[in-house]
Formats: sequence, C-alpha cells, structure tokens
Amino acid sequence: MNIATEFWTWNAAILTIAIFSFLWRDNPLYRIAEHLYIGVANGYSITLTYFNVVVPMMIDPLVNAGKMVKQDGFSTAVLNPFNDANFFIILPMMVGALYITRFIPKISWMVRIPIGLTMGYYTAISIPASFEAGILRQLEASIVTRAQLAEFWPGFWTIVILLSTLATLIYFFFSTEQKGVLRPISNFGILMVMIGFGASFGLTVMARISLAIGRFIFLFKDWLGVVS
Amino acid sequence: MKLANGLIGCFVLSLALSLNAFCQEIPLVDPDPVPVPVSIDDRVFESPREVVAADVDNDDGGVIHVAWKEPAGSTPDHYIVEMAGPDGIWQRVTETVLLDYDVMDLPNFTPMSFRVAAVYGDKVFRSDEVTGAMARDHWLKLGKIPVLLAIAIFIALLVFFIISARLGRELFVRRITGLNAVEDAIGRATEMGRPVLYVPGTSYIEDVATLAALNILGEVARRTVHYDVKIIVPNIDPIVFAIAREIVKETYNSEGRPDAFDPDSVFFMVPEQFAYAAGVNGIMVRQEPATIFFMGWFAAESLIMAETGASTGAVQIAGTDDLGQLPFFITACDYTLIGEELYAASAYLGNEPILLGTLKTQDYSKLVFIIVMVILTVLGLIFPHLDVISWIQVR
Repeated sequence: MNIATEFWTWNAAILTIAIFSFLWRDNPLYRIAEHLYIGVANGYSITLTYFNVVVPMMIDPLVNAGKMVKQDGFSTAVLNPFNDANFFIILPMMVGALYITRFIPKISWMVRIPIGLTMGYYTAISIPASFEAGILRQLEASIVTRAQLAEFWPGFWTIVILLSTLATLIYFFFSTEQKGVLRPISNFGILMVMIGFGASFGLTVMARISLAIGRFIFLFKDWLGVVS
Repeated sequence: MKLANGLIGCFVLSLALSLNAFCQEIPLVDPDPVPVPVSIDDRVFESPREVVAADVDNDDGGVIHVAWKEPAGSTPDHYIVEMAGPDGIWQRVTETVLLDYDVMDLPNFTPMSFRVAAVYGDKVFRSDEVTGAMARDHWLKLGKIPVLLAIAIFIALLVFFIISARLGRELFVRRITGLNAVEDAIGRATEMGRPVLYVPGTSYIEDVATLAALNILGEVARRTVHYDVKIIVPNIDPIVFAIAREIVKETYNSEGRPDAFDPDSVFFMVPEQFAYAAGVNGIMVRQEPATIFFMGWFAAESLIMAETGASTGAVQIAGTDDLGQLPFFITACDYTLIGEELYAASAYLGNEPILLGTLKTQDYSKLVFIIVMVILTVLGLIFPHLDVISWIQVR
C-alpha cells in the first residue's frame, strides 16, 4: 500500500467518494460536494467568459479604437465592424445590455428585443443546417442504386437501410391512423428503431463503465496505492 | 391510394430487376498497367506543366484551386506548392503527390502568386509563376440548391396548412401516447401537492430540440397554472434561461394569474453539464417533484438524472432527438417522445390551428421525402447510368 501524500489527490478522492455517496442516499457529504461543484463550475465559467468573450470581443476593440482615434484622429475605419479596433461593437453591446432591463419592472418588456433577435437568428441558422445534415444527407445515404448492389452483403444492407428508413418515416407520420397496411409497416419501423436503440444502449453503457473504472483506478491506484 | 400502389409496384419491380442484374457477372475493367520502374538516373527532369490557379466557384471565399500537369519526361517523387502574397515573399503551402490542391484560408480580393515545383530526389524544378489569382466569396452557392429546394417545399406546405387552419379546416392528428400522459402527470402532481420539475435540456438556443422544449414548456406551464401547481425550471444556459423565464411569466399573464408567477421558479443553475446534473438530482431528492419532464437535447447526464427521478417515484416524461440518449430515457422514464414526436408535441398539446398547421407541414414534408426516396431508388435501379444521388447531393 502506497497511499498518496499530495493534497490535491486527497481532495479529488474525498470529492469522488462524496459524489458516490449519493448511491446510498442524499446526505450532507453529497450536498457539500454538489454545492462546491456548482459554485466552482459557475466561477470557472464566469472567468472563462470574461477572458474569452468580454475582453477580446468587447473591451479590446473599444480600447484599441480609442487609442487609434487619439493617435490618428477620427476616421471611418473605427466604425468598420471587421476591424480589430472599432466602435461598432457598442451597438450589439447595447442590444445585449437589454437583458438587464428585466430587473427594472417598468421597462422589463425590452428584454424581448434581444430574445427575439437571438431566437430569430439561431432559428434561421439551424433550419438550413438541419435540412442539410438531418434530411438531405440521410436521404442521399438511403437511396439504393445498381452500383451499390454489386456485392451481396453491402447490397443487402443497403436495401435493409432503405426499407427501415421508409418504415420509420411512416411510423412518425401523425396525420393518419396507423391501421390497415400502415400498421405492419409502422410496427416494422419501430422495431428497427428499437434495435438501433438497443445497439446504442450497449455501446454507451460500455463507455460509461470504462468511465467508472477510470474513477476506481484513481481511487485504488493514485490515492490508496493498493494496485499497481 | 392508386398512386401509392403504383409506386410500391414500381419499387418492387425495380428491386427484382436489380437483384436479377446483381446475380449476373459484372465485367471487370482492366486495371491500369503498372508503370515499369526506372532508376533515377534514367529520368528526364522537368518542371510541372500548365499550372493554373483560380478561385473556387460557389464558395465562402478564401480558397484558390491550383492544378497542374505532370512533367512530360517522367513522374517526380512529389510536388511542392508555393505561394506569394502582395509582399512577394514565397512560402511553401504543401507537399503532395496529386495534381491539384485547394489552398485554404486566403484573404479575399488579394492577388496571390503560385508556382509548383517537381521534386526528383534532391533536385527541384519549379514551374513558371502564375500571378493575379484572387479568392472571392460568392453570393450563391450552387451546391446548396437541394437545400434551397427542400426549404422552399417546406415553406410552401407551411403556408398552405396555416392558411387551411385559419380558414377553419379541421386538421387531424393521431393520438401520441406520451403526450396524452402530460395531463394525467400534472393532475397527479396536483393531487399529491408536489411541484412539477421541467428540465429543458442541456444545449443552447440554436439547437432545434431546445426550441421544441421551450415550446412545450409554454404548454406545460399553462397546465400548471390551471391546476395551481408549482413549476421548477432549472437552466444550464443563460440565454435559454432568459427565454424560459419569459415564456413561463407570459403564460401566467395570459392565463390571468400574473400574481401566481414565482420569479425564483425559473432560474439559471450552472453552465457545466455534470454540475447541472448534480444540482438537478439535488432538487429531485429534496423537493420531491411528482412529475418530471426532460425535454430537449441531452448528453451523458441523461441517465444520471432519469435514474434519480425514477428512484424518487416521480412520473417521468422525456423527449429528445438525441439518438444516443433516447435508449436511456426509454429505460428509465415512464413515457418517452422519440425524435419527431418532440417536435410535434407543442402543436399537439396546444391544439391551436396554426401550430397544428406546422405539424401537418412536418408530416407532409416527410411524405414528400418518402416519395423522392422511392422515385430516385427506382430510377437508380432501372437506369444505372443515371447518377441520381448527385441530384440531391449537397456540396
């Protein structure tokens, strides 16, 4: 047995055990670890956002633009949003600052402006991307051509993929009752979906077990030193 | 129905034809003759011929395609592509054995010069310089036309069904079991006097699943106002939090109960995945919600939260489009909305004509894609010389 002497190893081991103690039931040790985890994660995130977003995207352009104006006088270059030094950044900053208006009841409705802009922007971004990655690429992969049937097994699986895709799409068709000929087709569709989920479940569980093994190796090797 | 029968008939016939063809011997094309190796001393050293550098069409810009032909004498060991900007300083871009290369990350509208060197052992023979090649971005990406067409079909269907709904046409939607359970689950929370916990996923606002989760949140909140049950909505993302809070607040206002809205019921917790899971687990075991909703996009934390919820005895309804997490929700939750059902949920629950119009659009878009898939497969099998896949390929 070669127990660790480093403070941070002990710290990590105690916190690991504290989190594992939830398997028994909710207890003060778990609560301490939970609150510590949330607090540290929040603090880390705020610091990261400040140095990776606020400073390079807001403070630096304004400060640099100020320096440029002081040295060379005012020019339209400081209004160009593509320049590293620009005052244009003030506009999105003002829109972002409207999130804070929700603390002022009389003008709290203004929070809807950045929310509307954000939702509209991201909806517009995600729709073409979803069509491309989620529909057209899948469509492309499902179509069977003569060349794909050149060899038996690849050809067989191509046909299985096509039939499964068609049946699954029919299962998720909500505009009609699933009866008559549609019933066996949609049953086949959901069967294929469940087979897929089963395979995915097994694969992911194996990955999770390897994570758990990693934690136990840390406890028994790095901390307690009972395994080599 | 006749059309469907015809399509199915065509499809089966073409499958049979192709299986027949598939059993026949496929003629083999003679492989290219293997070049006879020559010693380096026998080779004629020349520089690459006909070097061309041109902007790539239909792209975002920043790329120049450089192509050249092999030296007439013999094949070099490899080529070196070099470029110079307006400052005239030459730099090596890449080494390749191919006869073309896309030079990336170039400034747009800046003239660049290129040359290609053929390398034979330690000897290097450079081509003439090609000057004035400029990368530029383009207004249209022609390779994305299939996406444009698909969106156009979707929008046309959307407009048609929304107008139909507004004109009062009845839009039928079949029963979705998981969504029928929502009403019962919130009723259960009322009877037990316990809160409803709504987890809107662990992704950002740009995720379609998050947008669907926020739509469903409005409908769930409407029912909690109706039954006078407390709703708890912890959030992982600050922007999702702001929107979720507005949705719940607006629902309380529209239901005539602005006084009942608790500003602390919708809150930002932490932006870290497992810290969030730990916090949500804490809420589950301490506040003991009677009903838990997991809606949106989830990652590895899904089973951690769903297992804890199941251990508290809560009724759990989950919905996600993440294929990796669906099996865990199906295992640990009472009801699970699988993928498309999540998108359909807000329309189904709200039963508003316009939202039902969007649900119908989703459905008929699927029908269009099924028809496209069958037609292209039939064509691809009957006419093997047609490159049907390229018709819908996005580049």
